[in-house]
Amino acid sequence: MMGGERKLRKRRGSFLSRLLRALFFRKVTAKIGIYGPPNAGKTTLANRIIHTFVDENIDIGIPTEIPHETRRAVRREGILIDLKSKSVQNPYFNPIPNPPSTPKPNSREVKAKLKIDIVDTPGLATKIDFHDFMAYGLDETEAKKRAKEATEGVIEAIKWLDDIDGVVPLMDSTEDPYTQTNIVIIGNLEARGIPMVIAANKIDLVDASPQRIIDAFPQHPVIPISALKGDNMEDLYEEMARSFR
Amino acid sequence: MDLISEDKINAMPSIEKLRFVLDGVKAGKIVILEGGLTSEEQMNLIELTMTEVNDDFPGIEMSGYPSKKGFLNLRRKTRLTVVGPARVMRTIRKDKDLISAIISAI
Repeated sequence: MMGGERKLRKRRGSFLSRLLRALFFRKVTAKIGIYGPPNAGKTTLANRIIHTFVDENIDIGIPTEIPHETRRAVRREGILIDLKSKSVQNPYFNPIPNPPSTPKPNSREVKAKLKIDIVDTPGLATKIDFHDFMAYGLDETEAKKRAKEATEGVIEAIKWLDDIDGVVPLMDSTEDPYTQTNIVIIGNLEARGIPMVIAANKIDLVDASPQRIIDAFPQHPVIPISALKGDNMEDLYEEMARSFR
Repeated sequence: MDLISEDKINAMPSIEKLRFVLDGVKAGKIVILEGGLTSEEQMNLIELTMTEVNDDFPGIEMSGYPSKKGFLNLRRKTRLTVVGPARVMRTIRKDKDLISAIISAI
Protein backbone atom coordinates (compact mmCIF):
# COMPACT_ATOMS: atom_id res chain seq x y z
CA MET A 1 0.00 0.00 0.00
CA MET A 2 2.85 2.37 0.95
CA GLY A 3 4.58 1.61 -2.32
CA GLY A 4 1.45 2.52 -4.28
CA GLU A 5 1.08 5.84 -2.43
CA ARG A 6 4.74 6.63 -2.94
CA LYS A 7 4.37 5.90 -6.64
CA LEU A 8 1.30 8.17 -6.88
CA ARG A 9 3.12 10.99 -5.05
CA LYS A 10 6.13 10.51 -7.31
CA ARG A 11 3.89 10.71 -10.38
CA ARG A 12 2.21 13.90 -9.13
CA GLY A 13 5.66 15.32 -8.44
CA SER A 14 6.74 14.29 -11.90
CA PHE A 15 3.74 16.06 -13.48
CA LEU A 16 4.37 19.25 -11.47
CA SER A 17 8.08 19.29 -12.26
CA ARG A 18 7.25 18.71 -15.93
CA LEU A 19 4.85 21.68 -15.85
CA LEU A 20 7.40 23.92 -14.11
CA ARG A 21 10.13 22.90 -16.53
CA ALA A 22 7.83 23.65 -19.46
CA LEU A 23 6.96 27.09 -18.06
CA PHE A 24 10.36 28.31 -16.97
CA PHE A 25 13.08 26.15 -18.48
CA ARG A 26 12.90 25.55 -22.17
CA LYS A 27 14.92 22.48 -23.05
CA VAL A 28 17.56 22.75 -25.74
CA THR A 29 17.13 19.11 -26.68
CA ALA A 30 13.87 17.20 -26.28
CA LYS A 31 13.91 13.47 -25.55
CA ILE A 32 11.34 11.97 -27.90
CA GLY A 33 10.21 8.38 -27.45
CA ILE A 34 8.75 6.21 -30.18
CA TYR A 35 6.14 3.99 -28.55
CA GLY A 36 3.81 1.36 -29.90
CA PRO A 37 3.00 -2.33 -30.08
CA PRO A 38 5.52 -4.83 -31.51
CA ASN A 39 5.94 -4.70 -35.31
CA ALA A 40 4.36 -1.26 -35.72
CA GLY A 41 7.59 -0.01 -37.33
CA LYS A 42 9.26 1.86 -34.45
CA THR A 43 12.82 0.93 -35.41
CA THR A 44 12.09 1.64 -39.08
CA LEU A 45 10.89 5.14 -38.12
CA ALA A 46 13.92 5.75 -35.88
CA ASN A 47 16.21 4.62 -38.71
CA ARG A 48 14.35 6.87 -41.16
CA ILE A 49 14.88 9.93 -38.93
CA ILE A 50 18.58 9.13 -38.46
CA HIS A 51 19.15 8.38 -42.15
CA THR A 52 17.53 11.70 -43.05
CA PHE A 53 19.18 14.01 -40.54
CA VAL A 54 22.37 12.25 -39.40
CA ASP A 55 23.86 9.63 -41.69
CA GLU A 56 22.32 7.31 -44.27
CA ASN A 57 24.66 4.54 -43.19
CA ILE A 58 23.84 4.53 -39.48
CA ASP A 59 21.05 2.32 -38.12
CA ILE A 60 19.62 2.53 -34.62
CA GLY A 61 18.51 -1.10 -34.99
CA ILE A 62 17.76 -3.77 -37.56
CA PRO A 63 14.02 -4.24 -38.15
CA THR A 64 12.81 -7.80 -38.76
CA GLU A 65 9.44 -9.49 -39.03
CA ILE A 66 10.00 -11.27 -35.70
CA PRO A 67 8.17 -9.40 -32.92
CA HIS A 68 10.21 -7.90 -30.03
CA GLU A 69 13.35 -7.54 -32.15
CA THR A 70 14.08 -4.41 -30.06
CA ARG A 71 14.40 -5.59 -26.47
CA ARG A 72 16.39 -2.70 -25.05
CA ALA A 73 15.57 0.98 -25.43
CA VAL A 74 18.12 2.64 -27.71
CA ARG A 75 18.79 6.37 -27.57
CA ARG A 76 20.43 8.40 -30.31
CA GLU A 77 21.43 11.85 -29.10
CA GLY A 78 21.54 15.26 -30.70
CA ILE A 79 19.53 14.89 -33.92
CA LEU A 80 18.85 18.25 -35.53
CA ILE A 81 15.61 18.13 -37.49
CA ASP A 82 16.05 21.01 -39.91
CA LEU A 83 13.54 20.57 -42.67
CA LYS A 84 14.25 23.84 -44.41
CA SER A 85 17.90 23.05 -45.08
CA LYS A 86 16.94 19.52 -46.19
CA SER A 87 14.32 20.79 -48.64
CA VAL A 88 16.87 23.23 -50.07
CA GLN A 89 19.33 20.41 -50.62
CA ASN A 90 16.81 18.13 -52.30
CA PRO A 91 13.50 19.31 -53.74
CA TYR A 92 12.01 15.83 -53.44
CA PHE A 93 13.41 15.42 -49.93
CA ASN A 94 13.69 11.68 -50.01
CA PRO A 95 16.90 10.23 -48.65
CA ILE A 96 16.31 6.59 -49.57
CA PRO A 97 18.14 5.22 -52.61
CA ASN A 98 14.92 3.88 -54.19
CA PRO A 99 12.28 6.57 -53.77
CA PRO A 100 8.59 5.61 -54.00
CA SER A 101 7.10 5.60 -57.48
CA THR A 102 5.23 8.85 -56.86
CA PRO A 103 7.52 11.13 -54.86
CA LYS A 104 5.76 14.12 -53.40
CA PRO A 105 7.11 17.30 -54.98
CA ASN A 106 8.00 19.92 -52.45
CA SER A 107 5.43 22.38 -53.74
CA ARG A 108 5.25 24.38 -50.50
CA GLU A 109 7.94 25.65 -48.25
CA VAL A 110 8.26 23.36 -45.27
CA LYS A 111 9.79 24.59 -42.05
CA ALA A 112 10.72 22.56 -39.04
CA LYS A 113 13.66 22.97 -36.71
CA LEU A 114 14.02 20.94 -33.57
CA LYS A 115 16.90 19.26 -31.74
CA ILE A 116 15.97 15.89 -30.30
CA ASP A 117 17.30 12.73 -28.74
CA ILE A 118 15.35 9.86 -30.25
CA VAL A 119 14.51 6.86 -28.07
CA ASP A 120 13.51 3.66 -29.88
CA THR A 121 11.63 1.68 -27.26
CA PRO A 122 10.76 -2.04 -27.12
CA GLY A 123 7.21 -2.88 -28.19
CA LEU A 124 4.55 -2.72 -25.49
CA ALA A 125 2.53 -5.90 -25.02
CA THR A 126 0.34 -7.54 -22.40
CA LYS A 127 1.53 -11.06 -23.24
CA ILE A 128 4.77 -12.65 -24.37
CA ASP A 129 4.60 -16.33 -25.23
CA PHE A 130 7.84 -18.07 -26.18
CA HIS A 131 5.84 -20.37 -28.50
CA ASP A 132 5.18 -17.35 -30.75
CA PHE A 133 8.92 -16.99 -31.39
CA MET A 134 9.25 -20.70 -32.21
CA ALA A 135 6.78 -20.10 -35.05
CA TYR A 136 9.51 -17.93 -36.63
CA GLY A 137 12.00 -20.81 -36.54
CA LEU A 138 13.74 -20.12 -33.23
CA ASP A 139 14.60 -23.18 -31.14
CA GLU A 140 13.00 -23.51 -27.70
CA THR A 141 16.02 -22.29 -25.74
CA GLU A 142 16.46 -19.24 -27.93
CA ALA A 143 12.71 -18.54 -27.89
CA LYS A 144 12.58 -18.64 -24.08
CA LYS A 145 15.61 -16.37 -23.85
CA ARG A 146 14.03 -13.88 -26.25
CA ALA A 147 10.73 -14.00 -24.32
CA LYS A 148 12.52 -13.24 -21.06
CA GLU A 149 14.39 -10.33 -22.64
CA ALA A 150 11.17 -9.07 -24.21
CA THR A 151 9.42 -8.90 -20.80
CA GLU A 152 12.34 -6.85 -19.48
CA GLY A 153 12.09 -4.64 -22.57
CA VAL A 154 8.41 -3.89 -21.91
CA ILE A 155 9.24 -2.83 -18.35
CA GLU A 156 12.11 -0.68 -19.61
CA ALA A 157 9.83 1.05 -22.13
CA ILE A 158 7.34 1.86 -19.36
CA LYS A 159 10.11 3.22 -17.08
CA TRP A 160 11.32 5.51 -19.88
CA LEU A 161 7.99 7.37 -19.75
CA ASP A 162 9.19 9.03 -16.52
CA ASP A 163 12.04 10.69 -18.40
CA ILE A 164 10.61 11.58 -21.79
CA ASP A 165 9.58 15.01 -23.11
CA GLY A 166 7.41 13.99 -26.05
CA VAL A 167 6.15 10.82 -27.67
CA VAL A 168 5.39 9.64 -31.17
CA PRO A 169 2.87 6.82 -30.60
CA LEU A 170 3.24 4.67 -33.69
CA MET A 171 0.23 2.70 -34.92
CA ASP A 172 -0.15 0.27 -37.78
CA SER A 173 -2.72 1.68 -40.25
CA THR A 174 -3.66 -1.82 -41.39
CA GLU A 175 -4.69 -2.84 -37.85
CA ASP A 176 -7.61 -2.00 -35.58
CA PRO A 177 -6.55 1.14 -33.65
CA TYR A 178 -8.71 0.29 -30.62
CA THR A 179 -6.19 -2.17 -29.19
CA GLN A 180 -5.72 -1.95 -25.46
CA THR A 181 -2.02 -1.22 -25.93
CA ASN A 182 -2.82 1.88 -27.99
CA ILE A 183 -5.47 3.02 -25.54
CA VAL A 184 -3.16 2.54 -22.54
CA ILE A 185 -0.30 4.44 -24.21
CA ILE A 186 -2.50 7.39 -25.20
CA GLY A 187 -4.25 7.43 -21.80
CA ASN A 188 -0.94 7.50 -19.94
CA LEU A 189 0.47 10.29 -22.06
CA GLU A 190 -2.69 12.34 -21.48
CA ALA A 191 -2.54 11.70 -17.72
CA ARG A 192 1.13 12.68 -17.54
CA GLY A 193 0.70 15.74 -19.76
CA ILE A 194 3.30 14.51 -22.27
CA PRO A 195 2.79 16.02 -25.75
CA MET A 196 2.29 13.54 -28.56
CA VAL A 197 2.04 13.28 -32.32
CA ILE A 198 0.43 10.02 -33.44
CA ALA A 199 2.00 8.50 -36.56
CA ALA A 200 -0.31 6.24 -38.58
CA ASN A 201 2.32 4.03 -40.21
CA LYS A 202 2.33 1.63 -43.18
CA ILE A 203 0.14 3.76 -45.47
CA ASP A 204 2.00 2.20 -48.40
CA LEU A 205 0.10 -1.07 -47.84
CA VAL A 206 -3.12 -1.61 -49.79
CA ASP A 207 -5.28 -2.37 -46.75
CA ALA A 208 -4.08 0.68 -44.79
CA SER A 209 -6.78 2.90 -43.33
CA PRO A 210 -5.24 5.83 -41.41
CA GLN A 211 -8.71 7.39 -41.20
CA ARG A 212 -9.64 4.76 -38.58
CA ILE A 213 -6.81 6.05 -36.38
CA ILE A 214 -7.86 9.67 -36.96
CA ASP A 215 -11.43 8.74 -35.97
CA ALA A 216 -10.27 6.79 -32.90
CA PHE A 217 -8.13 9.61 -31.47
CA PRO A 218 -9.69 12.86 -32.73
CA GLN A 219 -8.27 14.87 -29.81
CA HIS A 220 -4.66 14.43 -31.01
CA PRO A 221 -2.73 15.19 -34.21
CA VAL A 222 -2.51 12.08 -36.41
CA ILE A 223 -0.09 12.05 -39.35
CA PRO A 224 -0.36 9.20 -41.89
CA ILE A 225 3.15 8.06 -42.93
CA SER A 226 5.14 5.23 -44.38
CA ALA A 227 8.39 5.04 -42.43
CA LEU A 228 9.60 2.35 -44.82
CA LYS A 229 9.00 4.29 -48.05
CA GLY A 230 9.47 7.77 -46.58
CA ASP A 231 5.99 8.93 -47.56
CA ASN A 232 4.63 12.05 -45.85
CA MET A 233 7.55 12.34 -43.44
CA GLU A 234 7.77 16.13 -43.91
CA ASP A 235 4.31 16.50 -42.35
CA LEU A 236 5.40 14.40 -39.37
CA TYR A 237 8.55 16.48 -38.83
CA GLU A 238 6.57 19.70 -39.08
CA GLU A 239 4.04 18.51 -36.52
CA MET A 240 6.81 17.25 -34.23
CA ALA A 241 8.52 20.65 -34.39
CA ARG A 242 5.20 22.33 -33.56
CA SER A 243 4.20 20.01 -30.72
CA PHE A 244 7.57 19.31 -29.05
CA ARG A 245 9.12 22.77 -29.21
CA MET B 1 -15.48 -15.52 -14.16
CA ASP B 2 -15.47 -12.82 -11.49
CA LEU B 3 -17.57 -9.68 -11.87
CA ILE B 4 -16.27 -7.10 -9.43
CA SER B 5 -18.44 -4.18 -8.34
CA GLU B 6 -17.20 -0.61 -8.59
CA ASP B 7 -17.63 -0.23 -4.81
CA LYS B 8 -15.28 -3.10 -4.08
CA ILE B 9 -12.72 -1.86 -6.59
CA ASN B 10 -12.84 1.73 -5.31
CA ALA B 11 -12.28 0.54 -1.75
CA MET B 12 -8.88 -0.88 -2.72
CA PRO B 13 -5.65 1.11 -3.07
CA SER B 14 -4.18 0.89 -6.56
CA ILE B 15 -1.50 -1.71 -5.88
CA GLU B 16 -3.90 -3.96 -3.97
CA LYS B 17 -6.35 -3.71 -6.87
CA LEU B 18 -3.68 -4.81 -9.37
CA ARG B 19 -2.55 -7.70 -7.15
CA PHE B 20 -6.18 -8.78 -6.78
CA VAL B 21 -6.72 -8.76 -10.56
CA LEU B 22 -3.46 -10.51 -11.43
CA ASP B 23 -3.89 -13.21 -8.77
CA GLY B 24 -7.37 -13.91 -10.13
CA VAL B 25 -6.14 -14.10 -13.73
CA LYS B 26 -3.21 -16.35 -12.78
CA ALA B 27 -5.75 -18.64 -11.12
CA GLY B 28 -7.45 -18.92 -14.53
CA LYS B 29 -10.32 -16.45 -13.99
CA ILE B 30 -11.70 -13.79 -16.30
CA VAL B 31 -11.98 -10.68 -14.15
CA ILE B 32 -14.50 -8.01 -15.14
CA LEU B 33 -14.19 -4.72 -13.30
CA GLU B 34 -17.20 -2.45 -13.18
CA GLY B 35 -15.91 1.11 -13.51
CA GLY B 36 -12.64 -0.21 -14.88
CA LEU B 37 -8.98 0.59 -14.32
CA THR B 38 -7.43 3.93 -15.19
CA SER B 39 -4.90 3.91 -18.02
CA GLU B 40 -2.13 4.43 -15.45
CA GLU B 41 -3.36 1.41 -13.48
CA GLN B 42 -3.49 -0.58 -16.71
CA MET B 43 0.11 0.37 -17.49
CA ASN B 44 1.11 -0.65 -13.96
CA LEU B 45 -0.75 -3.93 -14.44
CA ILE B 46 1.22 -4.58 -17.64
CA GLU B 47 4.45 -3.85 -15.76
CA LEU B 48 3.47 -6.15 -12.88
CA THR B 49 2.41 -8.86 -15.33
CA MET B 50 5.75 -8.72 -17.15
CA THR B 51 7.58 -9.45 -13.90
CA GLU B 52 5.56 -12.67 -13.55
CA VAL B 53 5.57 -14.00 -17.13
CA ASN B 54 7.07 -17.47 -17.35
CA ASP B 55 6.76 -20.62 -19.47
CA ASP B 56 3.33 -21.44 -18.01
CA PHE B 57 1.95 -17.90 -17.74
CA PRO B 58 2.50 -15.89 -20.94
CA GLY B 59 0.59 -12.88 -19.69
CA ILE B 60 -2.84 -11.31 -19.84
CA GLU B 61 -5.43 -10.27 -22.37
CA MET B 62 -6.97 -6.96 -21.40
CA SER B 63 -9.81 -5.02 -22.96
CA GLY B 64 -11.68 -1.94 -21.89
CA TYR B 65 -13.65 0.91 -23.26
CA PRO B 66 -11.68 4.13 -23.68
CA SER B 67 -12.26 6.47 -20.74
CA LYS B 68 -14.66 9.39 -20.99
CA LYS B 69 -13.93 12.93 -19.97
CA GLY B 70 -15.52 13.75 -16.64
CA PHE B 71 -16.75 16.96 -15.03
CA LEU B 72 -15.18 20.04 -16.70
CA ASN B 73 -12.74 17.65 -18.38
CA LEU B 74 -10.77 17.65 -15.14
CA ARG B 75 -11.03 13.94 -14.45
CA ARG B 76 -11.26 11.11 -16.91
CA LYS B 77 -13.93 8.58 -16.14
CA THR B 78 -13.06 4.94 -16.75
CA ARG B 79 -15.88 2.60 -17.72
CA LEU B 80 -15.16 -1.14 -17.74
CA THR B 81 -12.10 -3.37 -17.95
CA VAL B 82 -11.95 -7.09 -18.72
CA VAL B 83 -8.77 -9.00 -17.88
CA GLY B 84 -8.15 -12.69 -18.53
CA PRO B 85 -5.33 -15.19 -19.03
CA ALA B 86 -3.76 -14.76 -22.50
CA ARG B 87 -3.89 -18.55 -22.97
CA VAL B 88 -7.69 -18.69 -22.84
CA MET B 89 -9.00 -15.26 -23.79
CA ARG B 90 -8.62 -13.36 -27.03
CA THR B 91 -10.24 -10.09 -28.06
CA ILE B 92 -11.61 -10.46 -31.57
CA ARG B 93 -13.23 -7.10 -32.11
CA LYS B 94 -13.32 -3.87 -30.21
CA ASP B 95 -14.47 -0.34 -30.73
CA LYS B 96 -15.23 2.50 -28.36
CA ASP B 97 -18.48 0.93 -27.11
CA LEU B 98 -18.24 -2.78 -27.85
CA ILE B 99 -15.88 -5.63 -26.98
CA SER B 100 -16.13 -9.10 -28.52
CA ALA B 101 -13.90 -11.81 -27.09
CA ILE B 102 -13.60 -15.53 -27.34
CA ILE B 103 -12.76 -17.70 -24.38
CA SER B 104 -11.47 -21.22 -24.93
CA ALA B 105 -10.58 -24.09 -22.64
CA ILE B 106 -6.86 -24.52 -21.86
